[in-house]
Order: sequence, then C-alpha cells, then structure tokens
Amino acid sequence: MQTVFSIAIDALAYGMVLFVISIGLSVTMGLMRVVNLAHGAFAMIGGYIASYAARDLGLAYGFAIVLAVFGTILIAIPIERLLYRRIYGAPELTQVLMTIGITFCIIGIANYVFGPTLKTVPLPAQLQGSVDLGFRAIATHRLFAILCGLAVAAALWYAIERTAFGVKLRASVDNAAMAAALGVRTEIVYAVSFAIAVGLAAFGGVVGAELLPVEPYYALRYMVTFLVVVSVGGAGSIPGALVACLLLGGIDTTGRYLMPEFGEFFFYLAVIAIICVFPRGLAGRAKG
Amino acid sequence: MTMTTTNDLITQTPAKRRFGGGDLIGLSVILALAVVGYFLFPTNLALLTRIIAIALLVLSLDLVTGYCGVATLGHAALFGAGAYAAGIASAHYGINDPLAMLAFGIVAGAVAGLVCGAVILRAHGLPQLVLSIALIHLFHEFANKASSWTGGSDGLSGIAPSALIGLYEFDLWGRTAYVFGVVLLALVFALLRLIVRSPFGMLCRAIKEDPVRIRSMGASPKAALMKMYVISGAVAGVGGALNAISTQVVGLDSLSFTMSAESLVMLVLGGTGSLFGALTGTIVFMFFEDVVSAANPFHWLTMVGALLIAVVLFAPKGLYGTAAAIVARRREAK
Repeated sequence: MQTVFSIAIDALAYGMVLFVISIGLSVTMGLMRVVNLAHGAFAMIGGYIASYAARDLGLAYGFAIVLAVFGTILIAIPIERLLYRRIYGAPELTQVLMTIGITFCIIGIANYVFGPTLKTVPLPAQLQGSVDLGFRAIATHRLFAILCGLAVAAALWYAIERTAFGVKLRASVDNAAMAAALGVRTEIVYAVSFAIAVGLAAFGGVVGAELLPVEPYYALRYMVTFLVVVSVGGAGSIPGALVACLLLGGIDTTGRYLMPEFGEFFFYLAVIAIICVFPRGLAGRAKG
Repeated sequence: MTMTTTNDLITQTPAKRRFGGGDLIGLSVILALAVVGYFLFPTNLALLTRIIAIALLVLSLDLVTGYCGVATLGHAALFGAGAYAAGIASAHYGINDPLAMLAFGIVAGAVAGLVCGAVILRAHGLPQLVLSIALIHLFHEFANKASSWTGGSDGLSGIAPSALIGLYEFDLWGRTAYVFGVVLLALVFALLRLIVRSPFGMLCRAIKEDPVRIRSMGASPKAALMKMYVISGAVAGVGGALNAISTQVVGLDSLSFTMSAESLVMLVLGGTGSLFGALTGTIVFMFFEDVVSAANPFHWLTMVGALLIAVVLFAPKGLYGTAAAIVARRREAK
C-alpha cells in the first residue's frame, strides 16, 4: 500500500510536469503543424536561467521562475522570426531537420556557457520538507508540481474555451485559411501561442527541475518523451495531452519502481503499443 | 494487378536502358575515389572503412526516406542489428568466415527491417516519427540489457574474422577490410541502381508522390514499402557486418539515436532521393567530423546543428542535388 501510494504520487507529479512542458508543444503542433523537436531545448533554457538566477544571483524562487519564463520567450522570439517562419507548411522532413539542428545548436551553446555539469534550482524553505496529509506525508515539492500542472490545465481550458482569443485560436487550428479570410489575424495568433508554448515549456522546465535534472543533453534526452506525449495524446488536444501525460507518467514511474533495470524498455514498448492502436492519438481527430 | 500498374508507370517514364552510362561512370568514380583514398591516407584506412560502412547505412536510409518518403529517426536499428548478428555469430558461435558473418548481418538486417517496417508504416507524420524513435530506443535498451549476448555497455568483443576466402588475412593496417569494403560498396551500389530504376523502384517513387492515387490504380503501397524496408534492412545489415568485421568490436553506439540522426543529416546534406547524394553526404560529413570533433565534441554538435539549419535554408536539395540542378540548368541553356 505504502509503495502503491508513493508510486501514485510520483507518477502524478511526473505526469503533471510532463503536461506543463508538452502542452505548449501540443498546441503549436495542432495549430502550426510544425514538428518541433526543439521544444525540450526551451524547457532546458528555462531551467538554466532559473538555476542561474536562484543559485548564482541569489534571487527568490518565484522571481527566478518569472525571469526564466520571460527570458526564454525573449530568446525564442528571434528564433521563431528567423527560422521557424520559413518552415511553416514545409514537408515534415524539413521541419524535423531544422528543429533538430536548432536543438543541437542549443545543446552545444548551453554546454559552452554553463559547462557539462548538472544544474540545480535551489528550492525555497516552504517547498522543502513534506506535507502531512493525515494518513501519509508527501514531499511538498511533488505537491507543488501537481498543483502547478492542475493550475496550467485549468487556465488553458479557460483561455481556450471561454475567451475571445481562444475562439480565434480554435478557429485557426480547425482551418487557418478560412479563419484568416474571416478576419482573424492568424499571424498574431501564431506568434502569441508560440510565445505561450515556449513560456510554459520554460515554466515546466523550472518546476520539474527536481524530476528532470537540467544538463546540456536534457533537450535530446527528453525530446522523445515530449513528442511521445503529443503523439499519444493527439496534437492540439488538452484533455488528450493530460490523459497521455498521466498514463505515460504512470507507466514510466511504475516501471522504474518495480523493475528499475527494465524501466525504459517497458516505457517504449507501451508507447509503440499505444501508437499502433491509436495512430492519431488518444483524442486525435482526422486531419482536416 | 500490381503488374499492370507498374507497367503503366514504366510506359509513362522515358525509356531508359537497364544499366546506363551513368551507372558505369558512378561506379568508376567510386572505385577511383577508393584508390585515391588508399594512397592519400595509407595510415588511416580504418576511417575510410568506417566511412564505407556508414555510407551503406546512409544508402539504406535513402531507400526508405529518399525514395519512399518515410521519415525515420531510428534507422540505425537495422545497421546495429546487422553488426550485432555478425559479431555474435563470430564471438559466440565461432563462425569466423567473413562471408558467413556478412550473410548473418544481411539476414538480421532484413529481419530488423521487416520488424521496423511493420511498426513504422502503421502511422504517418508525427506518430510515425515517434514510433521510429521509440523503436531505436527499444533496440538500444534491449541490446544493453541482454549483456550476456551483446556485452552490454562494454561492447561485444572477441570477434575474430578468419582470412577472406581463405587467402587474405585481416591485417593490422586494415588493408583487407578496406578492399573488402570497397568491393561490397560497389556491388551494393550497382544492385541498388538496378533496383531504384526497376518497375518496383518506380512504384516506390510514385507512392512517395501520391499514395492515394497509387492505391486507386490497384497497387498496394504498404506491400511495396514493406519490400523496400526489407531491402533497406539488408543493405544496412551489410554496413553493420562490415563494421563488425573491420573493427572487430560492436558497441551500443551502433544502435543509438545519435547514429540514426547523424545518418539522416548525412543523407540530407548530400541530397535525398539520389544514391550519389547519399554517398556525397557521407563522405563530406565524415571527413568534416573527423577534423572538427578531434578538437571539441561539443563544438561539433553546434556545428552539425548550424550545418543542418544552413542546408535546410539554402540548399534544400543537398550538395549533390544542388550541383546536379546547376549542371542540368547549364545544359538546358546550351
């Protein structure tokens, strides 16, 4: 029982971190149809900025998060303008190559600037230690990660389902040309959602730094995981991504607890099985 | 039914001889380069042999990506399967005849191609890409865990190929391995030229252009792609076996994601959809890597990244493709 409970908490925390990072990827992929392999690199940049701000400059944790999110967006804007703009609507192979090239560059530069060692984001006193739930104590940081995930999911749901921007976003996802013809400025929708996606990736990178340690090969190591979440959940679907994250987080964490030496093996096996059964993802729609 | 459609395709394309002048020129260029390489780098034949092995992998990737339009980031699985099969045959079963090891490599590569093809061809687009990545990680984990067979992360050692056809020992300078590699590459290249020009090769190209139309014409895209995947696996298996025989060790890196990604980079650098492009890309990339990565492996990664971005932006057809386009334009102008 004890083990089951701690597996469940860890799986939930891991799944939520995955969700925060990959939901941006899912939305941009559904919207712009760009296979963005560099998404993990933005999460990594966020982690590096937060680590630098909190550890080397001694800033508060909350401030470090804000700095990481906006810093990463600032870095991403020129990349979007100069490079991503040119591959919207290009064949998949081109997009894969371009974004994998960007990932390689960011890894090389991160290693040059920050060195090959692991970087930690020091937690404030409030998030260290554990919370007593009456029957079981859980690490505060895990709880924080779970709450962040839930908050992001709720905020995104509200933004997409209830606001004017959400309406435009959904219209552009369904049919960009038609939306543009009806007066939606799709360029702005694209730019804003790209910025939000990058910001969320950075946020997830910081919050999840305890679970997914920040190091130069972060971008390559977890790239697969994020892509898997999107393709299992179905691009552009928030509930799909949420279910996929919890499912994959559960499989991965359970595998690691019960069969540490075969954990990865079962994770990838499960991914292959899920995609073979649902080629368009759990909540995927037919291509419009 | 398939026959009639393929015949239709043939009549639509301009009639070409089965083995034209271009192929002979290509073959002689390969052999000339091999001789030049032998005399230019007599002390570095191991690198040249490795280039040949990787070139076979890139050729095999070209078959599925360039000719069939399947985007995959897991192609090293086929290469690694060939390498491990050849290595295990020698290290565990004492089958030391290089040609027999080669046969093991080809069969294992083809089987791996069958498995990978069966999985990867189930999906399209992003899920297809993710499947290929998951597959290469699965192969990698499997080889890592089955360490009693593969040596795990220490690599598989104890491979001792005997003399080639009983006459030529594999010497310390790698001369035999190099000549063996050149002969294999020339044979594979000639064979592949025949295959990509055959009705079957044309069918694959047509599937890349428009699978729906091909299906409505009565051919089965999936069956053709599966066949191509198996052929591609056999070619990659040749490369893997050559690598195992020449280096006498098989490491986990031959089954890695990095290897798959790099082979894709080489293919794109040279130009997809052309066997010459695949060869050009491999040679340029491997020499470049040899020079730069000796200085600093991380700068190497940055350089590869920048190179990729530059190729996508400025030479989307690759080096060979761009050069061929320029030559063709010149000819038209005359």
